[in-house]
Amino acid sequence: MTRFSSPSQKQSAQESARDLSLPNGTPVETSSPASSSSLLNRLQLDDDLDGETRDLFVTVEDPKKHVSTMETYITYKVATKTTRVEFDLPEYSVRRRYQDFDWLRTKLEDTQPTHLIPPLPEKFVMKGVVDRFSEEFVETRRKALDKFMKRVADHPVLSFNEHFNAFLSAKDLDKRRGLALLSKMGESVKYVTGGYKLRSRPVEFSAMGDYLDMFTQKLGTIDRIAQRIIKEQSEYQVELREYGPVYTTWALSEAELQEPLEGVASCVANCSNALDELTQDMSEDFLPVLREYVLYIDSMKIVLKKRDNIQAEYETKLEAAAFRKEERASAT
Amino acid sequence: MMADSGPKEVAVIGNTDLTSAELDNNIKNTMVEIEKGTSLLRKMEISVAEAEKRTGKNTVNMQELYTVYLIETRPVDALTEGITPDSLWRRYSEFELLRNYLLVTYPFVVVAPLPEKRAEIVWHKLSADNMDPEFVERRRVGLENFLHRVASHPVLCNDNIFYIFLTEDKDWKEMVYETGFQAKADSRLKAVNAAFRVKNPDGRFTELKHYSDDLQTVLSQLLRVRARVADRLYGVYKVHGNYGRVFSEWSAIEKEMGDGLQSAGHHMDAYAASVDDILEEEEHYADQLKEYLFYTDALRAVCRKHELTQFELEMVALDLACKKQQKEELVTGTVRTFSLKGMTSKLFGQETAEQREAKLQVLEHQLKEGEEAVKEKNTESDEFVKTAWVDIERFKDQKDRDLKEALISYAVMQISMCKKGIQVWTNAKECFNKM
Repeated sequence: MTRFSSPSQKQSAQESARDLSLPNGTPVETSSPASSSSLLNRLQLDDDLDGETRDLFVTVEDPKKHVSTMETYITYKVATKTTRVEFDLPEYSVRRRYQDFDWLRTKLEDTQPTHLIPPLPEKFVMKGVVDRFSEEFVETRRKALDKFMKRVADHPVLSFNEHFNAFLSAKDLDKRRGLALLSKMGESVKYVTGGYKLRSRPVEFSAMGDYLDMFTQKLGTIDRIAQRIIKEQSEYQVELREYGPVYTTWALSEAELQEPLEGVASCVANCSNALDELTQDMSEDFLPVLREYVLYIDSMKIVLKKRDNIQAEYETKLEAAAFRKEERASAT
Repeated sequence: MMADSGPKEVAVIGNTDLTSAELDNNIKNTMVEIEKGTSLLRKMEISVAEAEKRTGKNTVNMQELYTVYLIETRPVDALTEGITPDSLWRRYSEFELLRNYLLVTYPFVVVAPLPEKRAEIVWHKLSADNMDPEFVERRRVGLENFLHRVASHPVLCNDNIFYIFLTEDKDWKEMVYETGFQAKADSRLKAVNAAFRVKNPDGRFTELKHYSDDLQTVLSQLLRVRARVADRLYGVYKVHGNYGRVFSEWSAIEKEMGDGLQSAGHHMDAYAASVDDILEEEEHYADQLKEYLFYTDALRAVCRKHELTQFELEMVALDLACKKQQKEELVTGTVRTFSLKGMTSKLFGQETAEQREAKLQVLEHQLKEGEEAVKEKNTESDEFVKTAWVDIERFKDQKDRDLKEALISYAVMQISMCKKGIQVWTNAKECFNKM
């Protein structure tokens, strides 16, 4: 299974003597407001992160249920070990709930708009009546949160973000967050009102946008197929569980055939168990990775949208400037 | 007619011919090697080679479409005498007639069953249509198997009607009717009645009857569940085909990953397609189980016959005992039991000595007859039990052998299916690794 570790900073745009092209083969032009090649660099998968240069270690563990008068929720222990000067202490241990992770992610997105922020596990559970407090669900979430924290911690730029620091170290995160809530509202309004039509979008961003759309679609299809397979396998399993015992019943009325029949029954039972494992592995290992990628793509799309908005602003201002120039010219 | 209790035939009867490889070849002979025994198959190769559709008028003078099967016979080798290569067409109803004749004429034999008349326990892909070519093909194989079973049976293979069934086209039906077997058939009512009222059936037959019932129940259930399992397995495999499609579409928008995805997609398609052959092969296993499911009827028939003969014996013995008692009463003049005669004699006066003498004479005569009858029935019953039990032992051995083999091939099939699966996924993994 491919491990998608955090993108590392490669050479800057100027040094990109390499032949850069999008995954679908279209070449890249570097004549746009925000250089696409730097964006692309972030996309590169890099597995060989040098363990020796790591000076920040974060883990998410030990989920606990909290019951208060208002609500019931789960907190996770976030443990940090570091030698960085940006941190006052070499070790930290704080408790955080999902909301806090969500806040962190939003802050990172806002303060580092050109960087790709790793995704969080889904906020809302969509599949009907899933138990938010079941061991399985909590564990799956914890794993995903742990992955998220590790990616940010390993990121050469994001890991130095002040909000990340606060998240890891602050005793009382709520105080720090108070202000943040207001500003968050303001920013999101900006993006919703983007009705302005772009003059021309640079080719590589259009291509990227198209690719992302298709890619999301394909991933979605694969997800659905995998779920369907799981469903079919469970139904197969139901029948299989009835099948084996019939051989055992038959064995009871036979003499010579008793052994072979019981043999068949136990083989069927073995197959049944193996199938159980397979189905479980699919749910636990395969599907979450797919879903992660979908979330990643969503983040990328948001980045592209932001870029579009910036371009839109830029063009509006250009127009306004040109208009005033004309006015001034006609006034004189 | 003595049941040949000599050395039994070696395992290779009928069913080994039905391995999947040989099933594909539907015209050729089924060479059966038999070491010893007086079986017909030693001399003659029998095959049901083809099936054809015909139209004709049936008994109620209506047009109907039916299937006929070609029976081919030829000598086993060049040295065999008395057999000439021959072929004729028979339809299913004629096979039924033959079987009914054998059932009635040899009631102590566990007669092999015919394949299903209508397709009953099927998984969804197979239609329940009698005209469906796959059904017809499986029936052809079943009919051939039936003929082999009969031809290799130490008693049945010598039957003349059977021989003519295989070799002579004309007038076979008339010949069968002429044997008068239908008159010999025991009425169902009689048999059921006997089953209820028999006092001392041989314990082994009672046990056998229970075993047949159990076997029938468990095999029916097994076949039903197996069909459902096959259905579900089909679903699982086919959904994987969707992977093939989406990988193919996805590969179109990728550059480096394109080839890997494309190849992986092809493997998924192959995987999904492979299930058709797998399930086709499994049908063969199901057919083997079905044969033994239908065999349970034949087993029960033999048990019923025993109950009937035993019952008749008991009735005759009872009758004899009754008559003996009557004689005693007459001789001693005592009326031990309440009887109408006792009453009438009390009311109307005793009989004369002559009358009594006359009655005694009649009774003596009846007693002699009765004793003869009991002796006869006794012999009949003993004979039946003896010959039936020999055939039942033969059947048990055959069943154990056949089913063991069937289970082994089933396991081999499953292993092969899993291996193919592993191969596909290994290949797909290779493709993904190379991406």
